[in-house]
Amino acid sequence: MKHAAGASSATTSTSPSGRDNDEYRAVISVLVDNESGVLARVVGLFSGRGYNIESLTVAPVEDDGARSRINIVTSGTPAIIEQIRAQLDRLVPVCRVANLTTLGPHIAREMVLVKVVSTGEARTEALRIAEAFRARAVDTTASSFVFELTGASEKLDSFVELMRPLGLAEVSRTGVAALTRGPRSL
Amino acid sequence: MNAATQTTAAQPNASTTLSGAEVLLRALEEQGVEVVFGYPGGAVLPIYDALFQQDRIRHILVRHEQAAVHAAEGYARSTGRVGVVLVTSGPGATNAVTGLLDALMDSVPLVCLSGQVPVQLIGNDAFQEADTTGITRPATKYNYLVKKPEDLARTVHEAFEIARSGRPGPVLIDLPKNITVGPAPYAPPSTQGRRSYQPRVEPDREAVREAVAAMRRGKRPLFYVGGGVINAGPEACEALGRLVHMTGFPCTSTLMGLGAFPSSDPQFVGMLGMHGTYEANLATHDCDVLIALGSRFDDRVTGRVDAFSPRSFKIHADIDPSQINKIIQVDIPIIGDAGRTIAAMIEEWERAEGPAPDADALKNWWEHIEGWRALDCLRFTQDPAPDAIIKPQKAIQRIYELALETGRDTYVSTEVGQHQMWAAQFFKFEQPNRWLTSGGLGTMGYGLPAAVGAQLAHPDALIIDVAGEASTLMNIQELGTIAQYRLPVKLFIINNQYMGMVRQWQELLHGSRYSESYSSALPDFVKLAESFHAKGFRARTMAELDDTIRAALAHDGAVVVDLCVAEGENCFPMIPSGAAHNEMILGPEQEAQGAVVTNEGKMLV
Ligand SMILES: Cc1ncc(C[n+]2csc(CCOP(=O)(O)OP(=O)(O)O)c2C)c(N)n1
Ligand SMILES: [Mg+2]
Repeated sequence: MKHAAGASSATTSTSPSGRDNDEYRAVISVLVDNESGVLARVVGLFSGRGYNIESLTVAPVEDDGARSRINIVTSGTPAIIEQIRAQLDRLVPVCRVANLTTLGPHIAREMVLVKVVSTGEARTEALRIAEAFRARAVDTTASSFVFELTGASEKLDSFVELMRPLGLAEVSRTGVAALTRGPRSL
Repeated sequence: MNAATQTTAAQPNASTTLSGAEVLLRALEEQGVEVVFGYPGGAVLPIYDALFQQDRIRHILVRHEQAAVHAAEGYARSTGRVGVVLVTSGPGATNAVTGLLDALMDSVPLVCLSGQVPVQLIGNDAFQEADTTGITRPATKYNYLVKKPEDLARTVHEAFEIARSGRPGPVLIDLPKNITVGPAPYAPPSTQGRRSYQPRVEPDREAVREAVAAMRRGKRPLFYVGGGVINAGPEACEALGRLVHMTGFPCTSTLMGLGAFPSSDPQFVGMLGMHGTYEANLATHDCDVLIALGSRFDDRVTGRVDAFSPRSFKIHADIDPSQINKIIQVDIPIIGDAGRTIAAMIEEWERAEGPAPDADALKNWWEHIEGWRALDCLRFTQDPAPDAIIKPQKAIQRIYELALETGRDTYVSTEVGQHQMWAAQFFKFEQPNRWLTSGGLGTMGYGLPAAVGAQLAHPDALIIDVAGEASTLMNIQELGTIAQYRLPVKLFIINNQYMGMVRQWQELLHGSRYSESYSSALPDFVKLAESFHAKGFRARTMAELDDTIRAALAHDGAVVVDLCVAEGENCFPMIPSGAAHNEMILGPEQEAQGAVVTNEGKMLV
């Protein structure tokens, strides 16, 4: 008989694999009061307690700028992810925390800018692959492209991998923005 | 003069111009602050000037900012109120950090006001500038840098609310000098709390019901209570007493929980953990229902985690949801105030639904416990000869017994080390808030300033610091504060000429190589006392022990007592790090069933 820890934690503490000791990757969304130092608190919590941050995004999400949403991709065992959630929830300026990965179906998207410097065959191949991925060329010179691609992180990973032999010069990624599917919100 | 101007004159409002420092003091007053522990400096001079011009808030000048924080902790823990600290920027703030972290680990409500360079100089490496909010972020429950005068009053009120509510803790407010010098509007406390901070107080009834059902089914139940019950207040402790009595279950306590349940009660089995009693640790190991109230499964309590209370059904009630399943997986978590949770448990227990508790099983359980108790795990042998060397255990036991004889309300603080553990073992606490010790952080130098804070809060009470000769030197300068305010604090130094706890571990784990743990070049504590205007005493032999303690307790001013005790005593029972509760090392008096300390154990130390 295991109970969720509090009213606010609708999340369960099992990983998608269902095994307690398996690490999994979780997308955690945190709604915070938009005050100075709040990001340092969140990041300091991760470094201070030895949790991973794979990526992190933050921006104000309300008209008056009073609150920001932080999306963190992290990994750990179900117990660690649950600790991360609880520790975040404890921070004074944190309004809400949700582990989207266990909350239910969700969408996580990120954007990447990829610079490819090449000519001839490689250049044509890069453009062909970009089209197949529906990436946009946002900057074009005789010897280079900058492609913009939005989508799931895995899709971005494979796009970058395919560009590697074709003159990949630079990559800039945003980290994920994430929401639950359906009418429910955080 | 019309009515309106009269009110204005008597009670300045936003339209009269107050300085930030005056607004600050007014907010403190409104929060019921009577005492502030502090030390001045450039960045806080405007606040000191405002303090000078009023007499409602008393300022206590300590001799080091770390001591200001520990004094505020002693004040807070002995009263249940918020302790207040005032320090200057830069070194004043950095000196306070140890105390803040100490308060964070032990959930002590504090508000620390630190000076800061003017807003326009922040970031310029100005004189005595430090990134105080950055440095103290992981050492406080929350902190603020006030950048606008209109935020000042609201911030102060909110800081108090955050410090005392939920799981209490230290809150720091960094105050740039231009904010305290310049004008600022006053605002009363707001009635609605901050949206993002809504600690859950009321426990989930369904969870309580299930917990009580499990308690009724228990054949070997045990209460394991911690400092959270004391933080929930005297009523919560009183309710705990009722719950323990109505269930008939045994009750153990953490170091921080001592006093939540009366130590002399037959249902109390003593402290558990690394230096806990034999009966408490074996009961924890063997119980089938463990009811954790306001305790957090600290590593000094659990020992080897995978061997902790291996067969029990675990109920964990705590106000801090992040403590649930952090170290030990539990079966029923209950989030809420310990007092409300205990009250709800009492109601459920009285409702008497489900199977009746198994009286025979409980009787059997108590027989087991009495068997363990019969070992008398704290027993030691003291040579009674008049010229015999005093054992530290004896010294501490006699301090307790002779203090009890005075019949006075007694508060005890400690430093950190063997003497602290012996004090925890030998002192009996019948009431909460009487035991002031640094648990989570284990800060040497805590006890003397904590005694200062407690004595200021309770001018007529007997305040004792049970100290080690090494620890006490870490904040010995507070004898100056004690002298200035004529505080009749009784400092008993258990002088074993060693950092005894370090020496003990070196003996047990590092082949008796006593690396740097000898207390060389100690001062003459009697002369030291005299130079600080206190009375010094010394006892070297059994013949002198009782008379010295009696005389020290009877003296109406501050005393420093140098109790010269045996050097080589070890504190038992002991669960070595990395060992399980049933692998305790017992004292020479008791049958030794020595646990082999593993290499893994050495790493955990
Ligand atoms: C500030 C600080 N530094 C170091 C330690 C590590 N430490 C724990 S106990 C101890 C020795 C304390 O010696 P003493 O005060 O003489 O007490 P005893 O153990 O001899 O009773 C030390 C060095 C600590 N707890 N705190
Ligand atoms: Mg010592």
